[in-house]
Amino acid sequence: MKALDRKLFRDLVALKGQVVTIAVVVACGVASYVTLLSAFASIERSRAAYYEAQRFPDVFAHLERAPSGLEARVAALPGVAEAETRIVHSALIPIAGMSEPAAARVVSLPREGGPRLADVHLRQGRLPDPTHRDEIALLETFAEAHRLGPGSELSVVMGGIERRLRVVGIVVSPEYVFAVAGGTMVQDPKRFAVVWMPGRELAPAYAMDGAFNDVVLRLQPGANERAVIDALDGLLASYGGLGAYARDRQISNMMLQQELGQLESYATIAPVLFLSVAAFLVHVVIARTVNLQRTQIAVLKAVGYSNREVGVHYLEMVAVISLLGAALGVALGAYLGRGMLDMYRPYFHIPDMAYVLDARMIFTSTVISIGAAVLGTLSTVWRVARLPPAAAMTPEAPALYRRSVFELLGLGRLFGTSARMVIRELSRHPVRTVASVVGVSFAIAIMVVARFSYDGITALVDTQFRTARREDIEVTFRHVVPTSVVTEIRRLPGVFEVEPSRAVSARVRSAHRSRDALVSGRPADASLSRIVEWPLRVVPVPDRGVMLSAELASLLDVRPGDHVTLEPHEGDRRPRDVVVTGTVRDVFGLSVYATLDGVAEIFGGEPTATSVLVTFDPAYDAELMRRLERLPALASVTRRKSLIDRFDQQMSEVMYITMAVLTAFAAAIAIGVIYNNARIALSMRARDLASLRVLGYTRGEISAVLLGELAAYVVLAVAPGLVLGRAFCDAMMSTVDRELYRFPTVISAQTYAFAVVVTAATALVSALLVRRKLDQLDLIGVLKTRE
Amino acid sequence: MGEIEVLALRGVDVDLYEGELLVLLGASGSGKSTLLNILGGLDVPSEGDVRYLDHDLTVGDEPALTRYRREHVGFVFQFYNLIPSLTARENVQLVTDIADDPLSAEDALDLVGLKPRMHHFPSQLSGGEQQRVAIARAVAKRPEILLCDEPTGALDCETGRLVLEVIDRVNRDLGTTTAIITHNAPIAAMGDRVMTLSDGSVRSVVVSSDKRAPAELVW
Repeated sequence: MKALDRKLFRDLVALKGQVVTIAVVVACGVASYVTLLSAFASIERSRAAYYEAQRFPDVFAHLERAPSGLEARVAALPGVAEAETRIVHSALIPIAGMSEPAAARVVSLPREGGPRLADVHLRQGRLPDPTHRDEIALLETFAEAHRLGPGSELSVVMGGIERRLRVVGIVVSPEYVFAVAGGTMVQDPKRFAVVWMPGRELAPAYAMDGAFNDVVLRLQPGANERAVIDALDGLLASYGGLGAYARDRQISNMMLQQELGQLESYATIAPVLFLSVAAFLVHVVIARTVNLQRTQIAVLKAVGYSNREVGVHYLEMVAVISLLGAALGVALGAYLGRGMLDMYRPYFHIPDMAYVLDARMIFTSTVISIGAAVLGTLSTVWRVARLPPAAAMTPEAPALYRRSVFELLGLGRLFGTSARMVIRELSRHPVRTVASVVGVSFAIAIMVVARFSYDGITALVDTQFRTARREDIEVTFRHVVPTSVVTEIRRLPGVFEVEPSRAVSARVRSAHRSRDALVSGRPADASLSRIVEWPLRVVPVPDRGVMLSAELASLLDVRPGDHVTLEPHEGDRRPRDVVVTGTVRDVFGLSVYATLDGVAEIFGGEPTATSVLVTFDPAYDAELMRRLERLPALASVTRRKSLIDRFDQQMSEVMYITMAVLTAFAAAIAIGVIYNNARIALSMRARDLASLRVLGYTRGEISAVLLGELAAYVVLAVAPGLVLGRAFCDAMMSTVDRELYRFPTVISAQTYAFAVVVTAATALVSALLVRRKLDQLDLIGVLKTRE
Repeated sequence: MGEIEVLALRGVDVDLYEGELLVLLGASGSGKSTLLNILGGLDVPSEGDVRYLDHDLTVGDEPALTRYRREHVGFVFQFYNLIPSLTARENVQLVTDIADDPLSAEDALDLVGLKPRMHHFPSQLSGGEQQRVAIARAVAKRPEILLCDEPTGALDCETGRLVLEVIDRVNRDLGTTTAIITHNAPIAAMGDRVMTLSDGSVRSVVVSSDKRAPAELVW
């Protein structure tokens, strides 16, 4: 080993406290990168393989009814590689012990074998045999939630008729990776089932013999998706087509993409954050080390080492620290990435979701972390490496101190000697002070981000499920029902209030812009389903014209007073012209709001309903459910409370773990910044402090000088940290698909308090670590060493 | 307050002859350290020429000066300037690692009588011992020129004599051209020539007729 390498090694050992804290910050950066990106890559890779293996369709369309003969014409559309038609209908599954039945979707299987497109993946048993009666395959999540398996029997109400069916296979499907009933966005395995059964058996239940109501397509490579969708819509228009859509609007795929997109954007933002802080820390420590070693540098140069050799020597120090951090980070990242994947496993039902950490990711993260650190120190190292050797031999000129602004203002008397020293020290190193404050601000900001998603979800749930919606249950029908059904429900035992609502899916058009949206009608005095905009303001239903989600209005570029065209996807398809009388900053989806009468007026006919919201006396719960199940067109009964519970449950686990990890990372940054600053302050001022001790100052008094400086960093960092945290949250919110849901960045006071308190606590820990060093200060030794 | 220009040396003309031991004598502030720095390629004069054999050190850019220091010059400093994190032997190896035909670190330490203590760190050595390690480090590369800046400045008389003996032996045994800077007049007696500096100019150059061994010096 060369003597210079030995020096490197010994210097690193001497600086071990700082080396470790910096390496930990680097490790956090690398770990966040590896964790998020490896989890993302693993899910994405499994998803792609799964979609390919099961031949996940490119285009989807639902319609009312078309003869089987039309399939050939669908398949012949230009750009279509393969088409499959099927019957997809809603059904109900009454479950013992659950008062309301589970909502189900029944999907037809072709005459032979599995589906050609969107094929199911068999987990247990076999597919139903078309020659046997009453055999079905069942979605795994539902089967698991109710402990069903091959051989179990299940009652399914199809088209109002209950049938006893036998489960022969348990399957997963690429269409239900994220298994949600339409419109809820919440996975509820207990209350949502998908049942596959031979078309021959399914068709009669819905009067669909020789017909289909669902189409899926695979496109030829390079086909124009938009053109195919338009052609398909044209073809299906006269068969009650509900508007074809591509993968990006397929609900399961959409939720999956949304989640993956968020992971990917986190995987970009977080490491940048951590590595910049790490680069800054390395910069501070190396700058200080290099300054302390000015004489040594001079000697190296005097005996013949070149600028480059000296520079490389210090860069090697940086590289070793980063490499240490990177190794730690990759190990931690692989561990956390695997954990993250496990965390996602219950939510994304992709079979064989294997954890993959490829070598390229390790290489990239290592190179990036070393690069960031080297970049952070290049200027310092370069400056010192170029110092003329004779100049390096003399110690740095004594620091120039001046009276601080406070003292010049005559406020000096307010401060004791210790405070005065602290203030002068801070103002003497403005760059270091600012940089340290920025570092601590970063830590505070990350803690805000860590807890912010909790606030966001709480606000979202409060807005949508507590303020806007106030029913006990929502009763949904398979098709529009006359308002007489509402009267019928009102008469059921235990019912307090009923409120009909009507949803029509339609394409909203303004000039060349268009979007698919939900036209939503409710009574003018609706109290169970209200329109709410953030922050929790109830907006009345417009008595004339329609009110648009502000997001929809901006997508279509229309303002109140403008007209839009509604092209309904059901019933009478003729386009209708309506006037926009208002916009509302609602939080979910894209909607067109009107009164029930308004909807009837727009689309013609009597006021009708597609669902009814109900409040009732809990004492009549079981009785009411039994009676509701007998309604002929019933599609589902959804309890608002169980929706909230599911939402909370779905979010909380992932959220708490993410929060814990981010908080730990942020704490590492805070300790890294504060501890390093304290160590540097200590090494620079050991003589001053020792002199004070010799003069008779107590340990407590000299600690106050040093630790006061650290406290000042934290105090100064609070405001910018909170502002920065808010900015990060805004940046994260901007990655959310605004057509799905949108939310102003909501950050609660508790979150701000959490960030400040945790940062202050970590600062205290670093301070105690340094205080220990201070207590060990060797008075005589320090005073004897030559500056 | 603006910067004040201070001229450390003016009108200085010095020759260093092969194999000689030159003592540069001057009070502090006389410009002797600046002269030594220039001779050693640590600094360049703002005006004038510096030549070593056929190298021109004035036009020399930084890499050329580095090469000159690396190949031809050994330094001994007043405050030893050992690297505190390296042992005696490793401090010498710092130089043998980059020199073309060096002594071994052990031999160099043997020359200054410190081989038995080669595994000690600077903090475990006395001032005189540290200075002897510094000399070993300076001579290990077999330099043509050995420049010593107040080598005894931080040492007591007895230890100082010991250090000067080592320098004298190197000059005699290895034939290394040596320049010693000192403010300590009695040391001048060990030089082949003595040059006196004051206020940045050469006041006198005296060729010694009565050269003394370091052991005989008293201050």
